[in-house]
Amino acid sequence: MQFLPELTLLGAALVIFLVSLGKSDADKMKTIALGLGVAVFAATLFSFSQKGSLFYDAYKIDLYSQVFKTLIAGAMLVVLILGRKLKDIKNSVHPEYYLFLFISVLGLMMLVSSVELLAIFVAMELSSFAVYIMVPMRNDSGNYHSQMEAGIKYLLFGVTATGFMLFGMSYMFGLTGSTQLAVVMEKLSHIYNQPAAIVAIMMVLAGFFYKLALFPFHFWVPDVYEGASNETTAFIASVPKLAAVALLIRLVSMVNGEGQIIVNILMVCAVLSMFYGNLSALVQTDIKRMLGFSGIAHAGFVLLGILTFQISGYANALYYIIGYVVMNLACFLVICSVSSNGENVQIKDLSGLHKRSPLLALTLTVALFALAGIPPFVGFMGKFMLLAGALKQGYLLLVILAAINTAIAIFYYLSVVRVTFCGDPDNNDNIVSGLFTNMTSIVLLLIIVIMGVAPQQFVDFATSTVQSMM
Amino acid sequence: MDQLLINPNYPHILSTLIFLPLAGALLLFFVQNEYFARYWALGIATLTAILSIPLVSAFDQTSAKFQFVEQCSWINSLNIQYVIGVDGISILLVMLTTLIMPLCILASWSYIKTRVQAFMICLLIMETAMLGVFMALDFVLFYILWEAMLIPMYLLIGIWGGPRKIYASIKFFLYTLAGSIMLLVGIIWLYKTNNYSFFIPDMMWQNYSLSAQIYLFLAFFLAFAIKVPMFPFHTWLPAAHVEAPTAGSVILASVLLKMGTYGFLRFALPITPQATTLLMPYVLWLSIAGIIYGGFTALAQQDMKKLIAYSSVGHMGFVTLGIFVLNLEGMEGSILQMINHGITTGALFLCVGMIYERTHSRELRSATGVGKYMPIYVTFLAFFSLSSFGFPGTNSFVGEFMILAGTFKHSIPLALAAIPGAVLAAAYMLRMLQKIVWGGTDNPDQSWLKDLNLREIITLCPFLFFVFWIGLGPQPFIDLMHISVINLLEQFHAHQGQAVAAAELILH
Repeated sequence: MQFLPELTLLGAALVIFLVSLGKSDADKMKTIALGLGVAVFAATLFSFSQKGSLFYDAYKIDLYSQVFKTLIAGAMLVVLILGRKLKDIKNSVHPEYYLFLFISVLGLMMLVSSVELLAIFVAMELSSFAVYIMVPMRNDSGNYHSQMEAGIKYLLFGVTATGFMLFGMSYMFGLTGSTQLAVVMEKLSHIYNQPAAIVAIMMVLAGFFYKLALFPFHFWVPDVYEGASNETTAFIASVPKLAAVALLIRLVSMVNGEGQIIVNILMVCAVLSMFYGNLSALVQTDIKRMLGFSGIAHAGFVLLGILTFQISGYANALYYIIGYVVMNLACFLVICSVSSNGENVQIKDLSGLHKRSPLLALTLTVALFALAGIPPFVGFMGKFMLLAGALKQGYLLLVILAAINTAIAIFYYLSVVRVTFCGDPDNNDNIVSGLFTNMTSIVLLLIIVIMGVAPQQFVDFATSTVQSMM
Repeated sequence: MDQLLINPNYPHILSTLIFLPLAGALLLFFVQNEYFARYWALGIATLTAILSIPLVSAFDQTSAKFQFVEQCSWINSLNIQYVIGVDGISILLVMLTTLIMPLCILASWSYIKTRVQAFMICLLIMETAMLGVFMALDFVLFYILWEAMLIPMYLLIGIWGGPRKIYASIKFFLYTLAGSIMLLVGIIWLYKTNNYSFFIPDMMWQNYSLSAQIYLFLAFFLAFAIKVPMFPFHTWLPAAHVEAPTAGSVILASVLLKMGTYGFLRFALPITPQATTLLMPYVLWLSIAGIIYGGFTALAQQDMKKLIAYSSVGHMGFVTLGIFVLNLEGMEGSILQMINHGITTGALFLCVGMIYERTHSRELRSATGVGKYMPIYVTFLAFFSLSSFGFPGTNSFVGEFMILAGTFKHSIPLALAAIPGAVLAAAYMLRMLQKIVWGGTDNPDQSWLKDLNLREIITLCPFLFFVFWIGLGPQPFIDLMHISVINLLEQFHAHQGQAVAAAELILH
C-alpha cells in the first residue's frame, strides 16, 4: 500500500514496454499513456494518507512525500494532456518516449521519499537518465541537430552536477559515519561552520541546484529548453523542480544549528539567479528560452523561502513552487497548442493570438501576469509571502534586490502579452484545441486565480505538510 | 479599532459597491451578444452609482472616523484582513468613481465597435479595483487592487487604443509598476515594525525613526508621484492619454490620477509626518515646476488630447501644491480640486472623443471652425474650457482659489510662482476654444458634421451640472471632508511638534 504509487508507475512502464515490442499505433499509445497517467494519479490519491518507512529506513512515507507525489503525478498528467500529440517525435518511438517519461517520474517520486544519501543518489540518477534520452528524441530540424546538442549538454552538465553531489556525499559520510540523512544532519549541525561541512553541504546542494536550474548550475537551461521538443521541455520545466524543492527543503530543514555562512552562500545564489535569469530573459526571442531564463529567476525566489530556515519559509517555498509549476504548465499548454507541427514557437508567432484563440490568449495572459507577480494571481501572493518572510528575518537588502527583480521581469512577460493582444496575426487560422486541452487550461486558470485570491487554505496546508516532515 | 465606525443601517454597502461590477463582469464572460453587453454594463454601472448615493446621505459629517466599515479576516497566517471603510477624504473620490463610470460606458456606446464584451469586462473590473483602492484599510488589500488595476487599463489602451498604443500601454504599465515595487517593500517593513499588522489606521502616527520615515516617504513618493503624475515623472501620461480610447482617457484623468494624491493624503502624511515636514519644500517646488511646465507644454500642442493631458500635469501640480502646504485651506482646496479635475478634464476628454468619432483625427487643425455646425457641442466645450482654467463661477475656481489662499498663507514667493500657471491655463484653453469654435480663414469644410445626439448630450449634462454646483455652492462638498481634514492636520501638527520638541531636547 505504502509503495503503491511507485508500483503503479513501474507497472505502467512495463505495460508501455510490452506495447513498444509490438507494432506501434500512435493513437492507441497515447490513449494508453493517458489512462496510465490517470491510474498513477489515482494511486497517489489513494495512498495519500499512508505513513511509514521502507527499505531499512532509507525510504520514508509521510504526508510530505505523499503531497509531493500527488503533485508530481498531477503535473505529469497535465504534461501528458498538453503533449498528447507528441507532434515533433517520430510515431515509431512514441512508446519508448512514454516509457522513459514514466521511469523518470518514478525516479522523482522515489526522490521525494528518500531519506538516505545513496537512495537519494539512485533516485536522482534514475530520473535524470530517462530524461537524458527523452531530450534527443526529437525529429531533426534541418541539419542543425539542435536536439542532439541539447541532449549532450543536459547529459554532461547533469553528470558533472551528480559528480559534485556524490563527492559531497562522500565528505558527509566521512564527517559523520552515516548515510542516514537525519543522523548526518544532526552530526553536521555541531560542526556547521567548519569548512569541510560547508563544502560537503554545498556540493550536495549542487545536485539539487542543477535540477532546479539555480545559478551556478543553470548553464544547461536555455539550450535544452530550446533543443528539446515542446512536450519534453514542459516536463523538464515543471515536474523535476517539484522534486528538487521537496528534497532541498527536507535537507535544509534537518539543519538545526546556526549556519550563517550557508545562509550567505544561498543568498548570493538566489540574488545572482534572479539577476542572471531576468536580465537574460529580456533579450530572448524564443519563448521557450525566455521561460527557461525566467525559470532560473523563479528558482532564486524559491530559495528566498528556503534560506529563512523557518517552517513558514519552507511552506512559502512550497506554495510558490506549486504556483510556479501551474503557471508554467499553463504557458506550455499554450505553446504546445500554438505550435502546429511541434516546431519551436517564437514570441512573434504569438502575434494576434487573441484573434486565433481567445481562450489560449487568456490562459497565456493570466499565466504570464501571474509569473510576473501581478495581483490577484498566485505569483503575486507567493512572492509577497516570500518577501515578507525574508524581511521578517531581517534580510532587507535581499528583499529590495528581489523587488527590483520583479520590476525587471515585468518587461519581458509584458512584451509577450503585448504581441498576443496588440499584434496582428501573420496567419489567420483559428487554433483548434481539443476539449481536453480547453478543460485543462480552464482548470489551470482557476487554480492560478483561486490560489492567489484565497491563499489561506493552501498556506495552512503547506505549513502542516512541512510540519509533518519535521 | 477605535478609528472605525460601523454603520448598522448599511452593513454591507461598500462591499456591494465593490463586488457588483465584478459580478457583472463575470457574467459578461459568458455572453456573446454585443448589444446585451452594452446595456448590461450600463445597467450595472448605473445600479452601482444609485447604490452609492446612500453613502453621502448617511455619512456622519461630524466624525473623522472611517465609516461604513466592514471587516473580516482574509489571510490569517499573515494577518491580512479584508477591511474597508470611507472617511471624509475618500468618500468624494468614491462618489466620483461610481458616478463617472456609467458616463464612460455611454461615451463608448458607438466608439467601441470591436470586442465590445471584452471592453465592458475591462471597464467593470476597473471600477471594482478603483473603488477598492479608495476604500481599502488594509495595506495588502490596497496594494493588490492598486496593481491589479493595471491589467484592465493596460488592455484598454493596448487593444482599443490609437496607433501608438503598444508603446503607450507598455510605458504606462512599466512606469506604474516599477514605481510601486518599493512601496511593497515599505509595506512589508511597516508590517514587521507594527507588530505584524497590515491595518492602515494602526500604522499612522507611530513615531518611526526619522531615517526610516525618510526611506518610507521616498518609497511612497516614487509610487504616488508617478501616478499623479508629478514633474518629472509625467512622461507616461501624455502617451497613455493620447492613445487610450475615450473611456480610458476619462478614467485615467478622472480617477487614476487621483490615486496618487489620495496616496499622499492617506499614507505619506500620517505615516511619515516628520519626513513630510523635512522634504515638503522639494515637493512644493516640484509641484510649481509641474504647473509651469504643464502650462507651457500644453500651449504648444497641436493634438487636442495631448493638450488636455499636459494641462492635467499642471492641474495636478496645483493639487500636490495644496496638499503639501499643509494647512486647512490648501488641503481642502486640493481635495476639492481633485474632484473638479475629475469632472472638468473628464468632460473635456469626452468632448475630444466626440469630435474624434466624427473626424477621426485629434489634430486641432482638422477640428477648427466647427462652432457654426455644432452649436450644442461648442456650448458644452466652452463651459468645460472655462471651468478648466478656473473661471469664476465654475468649479475649478473654487478649488484653485482655496489652494492659492493656502499657499499664500504658507509662503508668498511660492504662491507668486504658481500664479503664472493659472494665466497659462487660460491661454492654452482659450487658444483651443478659439480654434475649435471659430478657427481661421483656412478652416476645412465642416458642414457635414452632425451635432451631438441625445446620448451624447445626456453623457455631458451631469458634468455640466457638477461644474456649476461646485462652482456656485461648494459648501456641501467641503462639509463632507471638513472634519477629516481638520483631524488629519491636528494629528499632523501634534506629531510634527513632538518631533521638533525631541530634536530641541537633543540639541540642548
